Amino acid sequence: MALALQQLINGLTLGAVYGLIAIGYTMVYGIIGMINFAHGDIYMVSAFIAVTGFTLLAALGVSSVPLALLVVLVVSVLFTSVYGWAVERTAYRPLRGSTRLAPLISAIGMSIFLQNMVQLTQGARVKPIAPVLIGGFDLLTIDDFTVHLAYSQVLIILVTVALMLAFTFVINRTSFGRQQRACEQDRTMTALLGIDVDRTISFTFMLGAMLAAVAGVLVTVYYGVVDFYIGFVVGIKAFTAAVFGGIGSLPGAMLGAILNGLIEAFWVAYLPPEYKDVATFAILILVLMFRPSGLLGRPEVEKV
Amino acid sequence: MNAPLLRIENLSMRFGGLTAIDDLSLDVHDARITAVIGPNGAGKTTLFNCLTGFYRPSSGRVSLAHPRRGLLQLEELDSHQVASRAQVVRTFQNVRLFPKMTVLENLIVAQHQRLQQASCFTLAGLFGLPAYRRAEAQAIAVAVDRLTRLKLIDRADAVAGDLPYGMQRRVEIARALCVDPILLCLDEPAAGLNPRESAELNALLQSLSGEEGLAILLIEHDMSVVMNVSDHICVLNYGCKIAEGTPEQMRSDAKVIKAYLGEDDEGEQPGEFSGAPSQ
Repeated sequence: MALALQQLINGLTLGAVYGLIAIGYTMVYGIIGMINFAHGDIYMVSAFIAVTGFTLLAALGVSSVPLALLVVLVVSVLFTSVYGWAVERTAYRPLRGSTRLAPLISAIGMSIFLQNMVQLTQGARVKPIAPVLIGGFDLLTIDDFTVHLAYSQVLIILVTVALMLAFTFVINRTSFGRQQRACEQDRTMTALLGIDVDRTISFTFMLGAMLAAVAGVLVTVYYGVVDFYIGFVVGIKAFTAAVFGGIGSLPGAMLGAILNGLIEAFWVAYLPPEYKDVATFAILILVLMFRPSGLLGRPEVEKV
Repeated sequence: MNAPLLRIENLSMRFGGLTAIDDLSLDVHDARITAVIGPNGAGKTTLFNCLTGFYRPSSGRVSLAHPRRGLLQLEELDSHQVASRAQVVRTFQNVRLFPKMTVLENLIVAQHQRLQQASCFTLAGLFGLPAYRRAEAQAIAVAVDRLTRLKLIDRADAVAGDLPYGMQRRVEIARALCVDPILLCLDEPAAGLNPRESAELNALLQSLSGEEGLAILLIEHDMSVVMNVSDHICVLNYGCKIAEGTPEQMRSDAKVIKAYLGEDDEGEQPGEFSGAPSQ
């Protein structure tokens, strides 16, 4: 019972991180119909910026945790959104209008490029940082097992919920959100109403990168270690979450990510932990077999 | 006559060996409805595509005398600049609304320029600043005005894709009017409309051009629309302009009749054609 509660907390935390990244996948898929495989590496870049930021601030003698967090978040979000913009501008925009596969392959190339760039400039070794946020709440104890809720977990869940709300508002209620949805439904017509579609796509990439940046900072705070390869597995899992929930659907991505996080956490608790990735991807296969459009996705109806 | 609003000069569009438009020249004036007619495959829609930045013409110039921005070369503008800078808007042969948005949202998307400026790239919108709220209220007021005009106001909150076809066509025109066009290009607006809807469309087009001085360029197969509302007709066949003039002149033009009805070698009555040509 206590273990289940603990894993519920851990699963939600993990799901929140996946969710922040999954939004980037699903949004880009919605607007230009491609899977941005470099998105996981954008997240990795942000984690490295966070490590650099925290180390620098510590060296400068900034001891206030909230201040350090805020500064690192802002800096990381700014830099990472520039990365998101640059990736789209250099690797995808020139290929717009060519075959569907071309940008996909370009995305894989961009992913390898980012990994190698970070490996070359930062080294291949795992980078640890001094714990930023220590401590937490002991919720309850049953049979010597104490359910622990770390401050970093509270931070992750609160920040994620707040960002999701803000993000939903941006998409549903603001001018940019309307343009973004219009591009999703009919890019040609959107352009003919005077909307700069290329700019809307750039903004979409930047917005996705910003959310991934927040995820990168939060994970750095949570685990305290990064290496150049973390983007791959987390990226693939977030992508799985997006497909699970129905790719192209924003609430679907959030739901899929939370389910993914919970499945992983509970699998680790009760079943052989080495197979936790197998569990995630087995579920992906099952979803694709029996509900190819995902949990909340609507099947695409080809118009005649 | 005044200088034309839009002057198409020696426009040609070639796709490999196929010449879709061949050396076409045409003037479009304010407050007048100019119709482009011709059999299927005559190059009418290609002409629209050349005007709205879809295709780069192989040769020729398309100049728009914009009242505030001076002379604009449409063939050099990107798709979105045609609407945002030149204020030229088009509709499509098959309706292209944003099907998952409400009718009102469809109309507000078309006014994004005003909103985008007021929202400082969504930041002000995110925090709900007064300037953005005012701009949004204004956008809604414009949308309501257009919807009232097209008798769609009671459907403002309906999801656009769920509306009946004739109504979707009207939404499309209402949306185009939200861009504040100086030239409205309509690609077969009467297709799929019943006679009553078609008559309403005639009245609308006439009031837009007559009362508001809007220039309208119209592609239409429905001769009851073309002959009733057009001030000027240009007839295309195989990408070439074969005739041009008033509806009366076109009605009796031998080349036009030939293009539509084929060679008159069985002594058929050439006469007037009043119905839609066979497609």
